[in-house]
Amino acid sequence: MKKTETAKVVSNKRITDGIFDLTLECPQLSVMAKAGQFIELYPDNGANLLSRPISICEAGENTLRLVFQVVGKGTDIFSKLETGSGVRVLGTCGNGYELKNGSALLVGGGIGVPPLYETAKQLIKKGIDVTVVLGFRSGCFLNDEFEKLGAKVYIATDDGSVGFKGNVVDLIKAKGLKADNVYSCGPKIMLKFLALYCEEQGMDVQVSMEERMACGIGACVGCVVKIKDEAAEDGWTYKKVCKDGPVFDSKAVIWE
Amino acid sequence: MSNMDMSVDICGVKLKNPVMTASGTFGSGVEFSDFVDLNRLGAVVVKGVAAKPWKGNPAPRIAEVYGGMLNSVGLQNPGVDWFIENDIPFLRRFDTKIIVNVCGHSIEEYTDVVKKLRGRDIDLLELNISCPNVSEGGMSFGTEPEMAKKVVSEVKKYADKPLIVKLTPNVTDITVIAKAVKEGGADALSLINTLTGMKIDIYRRKPVLHRKIGGMSGPAVKPVALRMVWQVCKAVDLPVIGMGGISNAEDALEFIMAGATGVSLGTANFIDPMATVKTIDGIEKFMREQNISNLSEIRGIID
Repeated sequence: MKKTETAKVVSNKRITDGIFDLTLECPQLSVMAKAGQFIELYPDNGANLLSRPISICEAGENTLRLVFQVVGKGTDIFSKLETGSGVRVLGTCGNGYELKNGSALLVGGGIGVPPLYETAKQLIKKGIDVTVVLGFRSGCFLNDEFEKLGAKVYIATDDGSVGFKGNVVDLIKAKGLKADNVYSCGPKIMLKFLALYCEEQGMDVQVSMEERMACGIGACVGCVVKIKDEAAEDGWTYKKVCKDGPVFDSKAVIWE
Repeated sequence: MSNMDMSVDICGVKLKNPVMTASGTFGSGVEFSDFVDLNRLGAVVVKGVAAKPWKGNPAPRIAEVYGGMLNSVGLQNPGVDWFIENDIPFLRRFDTKIIVNVCGHSIEEYTDVVKKLRGRDIDLLELNISCPNVSEGGMSFGTEPEMAKKVVSEVKKYADKPLIVKLTPNVTDITVIAKAVKEGGADALSLINTLTGMKIDIYRRKPVLHRKIGGMSGPAVKPVALRMVWQVCKAVDLPVIGMGGISNAEDALEFIMAGATGVSLGTANFIDPMATVKTIDGIEKFMREQNISNLSEIRGIID
C-alpha cells in the first residue's frame, strides 16, 4: 500500500559538501518503511514536475530521515527546504533488502551509503554481526553513526583522504572481509565488481540499483534494468527498479 | 443541480464521465489503485498491448524537461496473451470502461492483437499509430495519410469493438491524417501522442535518453495539443478524445470546449497520482457553478 502526504520538515542541514540530512515528519509513510526502500519527493516548483526518488536513511516512529546529494534542480530545492515547511511525498516505494540471518557485510558507495544505515540498524537489532565498508571519492560521512550502532566500519576513498586509498572491492580483498550476506548500494560499476568478487567467494549479494524514474510506482516503465529471465526467449527481461527493485539478487542482474 | 449528467457517449459506449487515463501512463490501473478508486474513472486506457512481449528500449528512458518530460520507453509490454489473462479480469472488478491500446511493428502484428481480442470483455480499441519510440511501425504508420488509412482499414476488418485511432502531432497537418483514418474506417480519434524531443547533458556531453530522442509530454505541450484537437474537431465529424498536458479540470474543460468528447490525463498521473479524480471533481464543481446540466452544452462551443 502506497500513500501520499505533505510531510513537515523537522530539520534540514548540510553535513558535508553537497550532502544534506533531511528529517521529515510523515507518519503515514514512516510506519510502512523498510530498510532499502525509498520515497518520492515532489519539487512542486511548477517547472520540475517529476518526483525524485530518495532512499530512506533512517525510519523513526513518525519521521523519515533522508540523506541525499544535490545533483540537480530537484535536489537543490530539497536542500533549501526550511524547518516547518511542507513537502509532498509518496511512498514507501520498492522492495527493500531481505534481512537474512547470518553475518552481514554492508557495502556502500557515495550516496549509496545512506540506505545501509537503516539496514545496519535493523540487522544489529536482530543480533547480527555487521561489518560496514564505505567508499567515497574524497572525505566521508555517516561513518561515525555506523560505529555508534556497533558496526565495524572500514572506509575507502579514491584520493586516500580517509582510510584505505582505493575502491571498496580492493579494500574487501586487502582485509579479507567475508560474511554470509552482502547488502550493497552504490554506482553500477561498484556493484558489478563487488558482485563478481563476492559471488566468486560464495557470498550472497543483494544490490540496490538506480535508474531515472518518472512515477516511482511501476506505471511509467522508465527505470528498467536487465534481469535474467528463463521464461523470456533470449533469457532476460527489463525489470523496474521502482517496483521489482531497487534491491535485486546480484546473480540475477545482467551487468553491462 | 440534481439532473446534472457528466456522462459521455463514445461510439455507443457510455462513460460515466469524460475522464480517462492516457495509454502508457497508468499501466492497467493496478499501480494506481492505492491512490485512485478506479470505479470513478470514465475509462481506463491501458498501456499498449502487442501480439508478443516487447522488451522496449534500453535505459535511460526518462528525462525531465521544463514543464514536462521525455520518454523513450518503446512500448515495453508483456503481450496480448498476458493482458487477456491478467489485466482484463483485474479491470473488470471495477465499474469503468476498458479501452485497449493496440501496438504493432507491422499491419500483421496489429491485426494479430485485434484478432486475439475478439470476443473479449473490453469496451473499445485504441490503435496506436503514433508512438515515436519504436523504429518499425508506431509513428511511421501515422505520418503518411495513405499508410494510416491502410492500417486502419485492415485492423477494422477484425475489430469487433469500435476503433479509436490515436494520432501523432509530428506531422505538417494533423487534419489530413485525421481525414485519412476516417476514410479507413476509424470510429473515433484520440490526440495527441507525444511530440518528439531531445535533451542533452552538457557535463557528460551526451543525450540524456539512451535512444537520444523521445516523446515529450506534460503541461508544456498543452497549448499545442489543444490547438490540434480544435482543428481536428472542426475538420472531421468523429468523436475525439483530447489529451496532451491535461492536468486538472480547467485543462479538461478547455479541450471539451474545443470539441473533445472525452479527455485523458497522462503525465499528470506522475505528478499527482490522484490527478484523475481531482479532475472529475473539478469538472463537476464547474458544471454546478455554471449551471451546466450536460457537457454537450459546452462541447465544441469554440468556433
